[in-house]
Amino acid sequence: MDAKRLNEIVEAVVRELTAAGLSSGPAPAQTAVPAPAALPPAPAAAPSPALSALVVDLEDPTTPAARAHPGVQNPADADGLAALMEATPARIGYGCAGARYRTAPWLTFQADQAVTQDTLYRDVDENLLSSLGLFKVQTRVTGGKQEYLLRPDLGRQLNEEARQTIQQRCTRAPQVQVCVGDGLSAQAIESNLAQILPVIRQGCQTAGLSFGTPFFIQYCRVGVMNDIGDLLQPLVLMLLIGERPGLGRADSMSVYMGFRPQKGHTDAERDVICNVFNGGTNPLEAGAYAVQLAQKMIRFQAGGVKLKLAEG
Amino acid sequence: MILRTKLFGKTYEFPDLRILMGKANEEKSGDRLAGVAAASTAERAAAKMVLAAVPLWALRESPVASYEQDEVTRVIFDALNETTYAEIKNWTVGELREWLLANTTPPEEIRRVSNGLTAEMIAAVTKIMSNMDLILAASKIRVICHCANTIGLPGTLSSRLQPNDPTDSPEGVRASIYEGLSYGSGDSVIGINPVDDSYASVARLLDMTHEIIKTWEIPTQNCVLAHVTTQMRCLKNGSPVGLVFQSICGSQKGNESFGISVGMLDEAYELAKKYCVPAGPNYMYFETGQGSALSANAHHGWDQLTLEARNYGLAKRYAPFQVNTVVGFIGPEYLYDASQIQRAGLEDHFMGKLTGISMGVDACYTNHARIDQNGVENLAVLLTAAGCNYFMGIPMSDDTMLSYQSTSFHDTAALRQLFRLRPAPEFEAWMESLGLMHGGILTEKAGDPSFFLKR
Repeated sequence: MDAKRLNEIVEAVVRELTAAGLSSGPAPAQTAVPAPAALPPAPAAAPSPALSALVVDLEDPTTPAARAHPGVQNPADADGLAALMEATPARIGYGCAGARYRTAPWLTFQADQAVTQDTLYRDVDENLLSSLGLFKVQTRVTGGKQEYLLRPDLGRQLNEEARQTIQQRCTRAPQVQVCVGDGLSAQAIESNLAQILPVIRQGCQTAGLSFGTPFFIQYCRVGVMNDIGDLLQPLVLMLLIGERPGLGRADSMSVYMGFRPQKGHTDAERDVICNVFNGGTNPLEAGAYAVQLAQKMIRFQAGGVKLKLAEG
Repeated sequence: MILRTKLFGKTYEFPDLRILMGKANEEKSGDRLAGVAAASTAERAAAKMVLAAVPLWALRESPVASYEQDEVTRVIFDALNETTYAEIKNWTVGELREWLLANTTPPEEIRRVSNGLTAEMIAAVTKIMSNMDLILAASKIRVICHCANTIGLPGTLSSRLQPNDPTDSPEGVRASIYEGLSYGSGDSVIGINPVDDSYASVARLLDMTHEIIKTWEIPTQNCVLAHVTTQMRCLKNGSPVGLVFQSICGSQKGNESFGISVGMLDEAYELAKKYCVPAGPNYMYFETGQGSALSANAHHGWDQLTLEARNYGLAKRYAPFQVNTVVGFIGPEYLYDASQIQRAGLEDHFMGKLTGISMGVDACYTNHARIDQNGVENLAVLLTAAGCNYFMGIPMSDDTMLSYQSTSFHDTAALRQLFRLRPAPEFEAWMESLGLMHGGILTEKAGDPSFFLKR
């Protein structure tokens, strides 16, 4: 059957369906198989005037204002709908296309997820680390991000080279030791480190606490704090680490803190300041708070659950 | 004990059933982490062949933890129907698979034989089934339960309305509930995961959800998924509770890490029967998930699928209204990518049904797993084909409190349309009476949360 004949048949069927109310689909000619002559022109040919005049230039759909835009057609109560959307960060009030999402909120959802995926599989910018004077060591993960995700046990241990480098370059037994780890988000470190690190350093100086030599750990899990504690014997160890990215939020960092961290310690011995980002716990405030917490740990000689009990 | 086969002239031998069961699993990152995975694809194939020839009695004699040592084992063994067991104990795992799939095996017979199966037998047959085997066999089994409404009837698909809020704000939760109801979600339960597990906060959310149910005369049940001890306190103090929830694990040691025991669950069940608002008789709600025992180092060296099967054996003791696996929540070190999460979802759903419980699935993922929304939508379609009782309903599938993605209000509506399924009948009649649904399809008025502002 030639393409022209096929077109005619398809057009006839679509006409019938439309007449029967079963399809309000696009114009029949567009649904038909294109004849060879209708193939797109070769790339070298000049675009048509209509194509040249085409402009797709979109506003950012991820701004708070754009996200607040309702999508329900003919709502029962338009003001009420806006108020309901205002009451929750959940993705409500965007309406539907049949039983599916409307196009704009669906594509924004995909964009939100894309951000999390990109930060997970990317390394922290080396320039940032060197500008802040951090040297870099690695855990026992050797197989890249995939092995990092699959083997949390390896991310909790320093490799041999790291142990030597740390022993050579770091001051032993400081009152406060700061380490930085990529964790599950490179962007979290890039967004917050330049703000929080100077605050912690300055805060320690003001408080009269000796400040150890800070460094960066690639493929890092929180449990690596025990290895560092055994090597450097700090009173307080702070680990600044990228959190698991949330949908559309890749810049959230945590500060894990331990008092005399050592082999066998678990989260019960640690304190954590989480949700550190501009919009959550502000990194400047988080830095100041971390120093206060360090002072408290030293005063009570305890961290984690023990610190809470000691405080009474 | 000799467990071995030749394959292409090479001999594969397995020292015991624990190792054999681990190596017979489809690829899972958690089994590698536990050190029980097959070393090669050929070894996996060999393990499946050997396992298919193992008689069921041998699996009864090899529980994950002994009867004396573990109360989950005791719960499952004590509930076993010895007459049924005597009929089937000499079947091999391979014969059980064919019997489940045979067109001559009626669904009622599967329900009966299920009472003679231990969790280890159910896990074993699951390991030698393909994805479509799991779908077809599960689709034959219906488990119907009743609380304020009916879940699991043929031709229905229910949806848990999960209106979580990162601060437990009652107004935020209410807004998501209105949105969900307007899409026909909420017939399985209106169930909130609270941030704050305190009595006062949980009681407040119970009151608020109950008030919505009363105001709109919704034929459904509420639940706040706090620790069971908090819910027990709420029950004793007169809070309006629909379902009583708890996360469970496949070993006593695992349950201890969740702060629960069989004795505690027994007490919660008695309180539920005494104080819950709806008619019942099914009042309990459990969540499970492959890998939870391993993450608590409570797996006794066994694979995550077998531990998961034991969850369902424990759940069955309480005739739950619903149980769901939270299949992708645990992270990539247990289920790495889309194919592992999809496989585990189909396995868990089948095992729950074969155990004889009302089974739903939280088809979900965290952002560090190798899967995206398309992967979860695929799984939801497969599970609907398998006759899954319910899915989660979350605004555009994005849970802003638990920071993970699951299925949405829209997904349930689409799955119902695709497979010509309806909500629970009581709930459908309610939707019809409000003009939000007609003939099982959402109307023009649906999908508008502001509809519920008028009362």
